[in-house]
Amino acid sequence: MVDEDVLVAALRRGDERAFAALVDAVTPVLRRVVRGYLRGTDGVDDVVQETWLAVLVGLDRFEGRSALRTWVVGIGVNVARRHAARAARLVPVAAVGEQGRRPAFAPGSFQGPDGADPGHWLSAPPSWRDLPEDAALAAETLAAVGRALEALPPAQRAGVTLRDVEGWTGPEVAAALGLTEANQRVLLHRGRLAVRRALEPVLSTPEEVRP
Amino acid sequence: MIADDPACRDVVEVLTEYLEGALDPADAARLEVHLAECDGCASVLAQLRTTVALAGRLRAADVDAVDPRVRADLLEAFRRWSGTGRDDGP
Repeated sequence: MVDEDVLVAALRRGDERAFAALVDAVTPVLRRVVRGYLRGTDGVDDVVQETWLAVLVGLDRFEGRSALRTWVVGIGVNVARRHAARAARLVPVAAVGEQGRRPAFAPGSFQGPDGADPGHWLSAPPSWRDLPEDAALAAETLAAVGRALEALPPAQRAGVTLRDVEGWTGPEVAAALGLTEANQRVLLHRGRLAVRRALEPVLSTPEEVRP
Repeated sequence: MIADDPACRDVVEVLTEYLEGALDPADAARLEVHLAECDGCASVLAQLRTTVALAGRLRAADVDAVDPRVRADLLEAFRRWSGTGRDDGP
């Protein structure tokens, strides 16, 4: 990352090219995260716009305790939550994703309290085959990952998107989402397990797929 | 805190902590002993690694660029913001 102090100073000086470069660099991740909170409702561009305007309002007070992009996305998450809360009053609750509550492992995967080895595998998940080299199959697998991400509850989706899709560090993700690092990892774990589960039918070795 | 002979149900709950390097060395060592002996848990760990790697490929696959109209509006807002004499502020 370029020297952030230099960038912040350029912005405060009114350097429009610096601002344009920042908008171009951060807006893709911002849109990706915001979409997760809006759940298919319109208004991503409105949230993006409102976020950047809030960034301008706050820029003179930005102290650089977090990275600029972390701060921007953190503002975006708050704006998106407000928009989503407003939209939720208009959208029937049932339409707002019942996904994400599916157990992380198939029922009966673990031995019950009466088993020989309680809490150990009764039926471990089948192993996965190697990732497909065929371009069409690979695209299909990636599409399944994308769909699984979209089905996650918003905070989990934001956590997995920032950490695993965008490759941010755990502390950066925690800062952007306003979480402790421990809670960020809990969120990440739930999200990763749900995506893993969604990939089972796509990647499990065929002879081992359970009915 | 991981038990000496942890149940698989508990092991799968700390795999992200493990992958993120957040377990203390003693817990990580106990986990690795279990993983060496348990194909099911080792397989879930491998699958989580694959899941993370696949998610990382989405970034290249789907560029979500800024809408040109929004971009133009924002640059206009920036010019207004920087031209409002805010440099004379505190």
